[in-house]
Amino acid sequence: MVLILIGLVSGTIGGMGIGGGTVLIPALTLFVNTEQHISQSINLIYFIPTAIIALIIHIKNKRIDFKIVLPIIIPGIIGAIIGSCIAIKFSSNVLKKIFAVFLLIMGIYEMFRKSKLAKN
Amino acid sequence: MKNKNNHKNSNTNKKSGCDLIKKIAIGIITGIVNGLFGSGGGTIVVPAMVLLLDVEEHKAHATAILIILPLTIISAFFYFKNNYVDWDITWKVVIGGIAGGYVGAKLLNICPENILRKIFAGFMIFAAIRMLW
Repeated sequence: MVLILIGLVSGTIGGMGIGGGTVLIPALTLFVNTEQHISQSINLIYFIPTAIIALIIHIKNKRIDFKIVLPIIIPGIIGAIIGSCIAIKFSSNVLKKIFAVFLLIMGIYEMFRKSKLAKN
Repeated sequence: MKNKNNHKNSNTNKKSGCDLIKKIAIGIITGIVNGLFGSGGGTIVVPAMVLLLDVEEHKAHATAILIILPLTIISAFFYFKNNYVDWDITWKVVIGGIAGGYVGAKLLNICPENILRKIFAGFMIFAAIRMLW
């Protein structure tokens, strides 16, 4: 039940476009004591069906800039392989600490940034 | 006139070459972050597209999803191959998450987004400190 609730809350935040993963992962690690790698894989897997649903709607509404996508995705895949391999090499405890530093930076950025990205 | 055109062309070439380097850099960094932390790809790629590539913000959000989806599938595969997937927990969170995504999309127009962002940022900072100690 706690798990469904955590999913519900982070899904709500994610659905509002604020970024669900940065709530879901620490919530799982802190409240359910899930191993850090498992928390992260849950977020990855959770993203897949929700992204597909969102994409169908966005493609219909022509909100996607297709020209830009391919030159970002190809190096992105190389990055994803590097990033996952690094994550797998770390122990759960070390990965948790590194994630916490990342989360702290993101939290401070989110706290002090202007409401819209930029005026443009 | 001819000269002017030539000049313009070389400028466009320079710009597109520079853009390509930016796209490659954005891609690699987004991929590494998303794979390493299992999240955060959007936090990198959305502002990067808006600020460095002049993509409109509402388009950047939608485009980011298309970019991150294949990266996420690849990262998830690596986690899975190394036995870092627990389906018993995952399906419960996913069900809650999908329901939440629907609620969130509906609430978007009702709730004051700015206050929510600050609450959310506060939680992130609190959680980070708890995880560090």
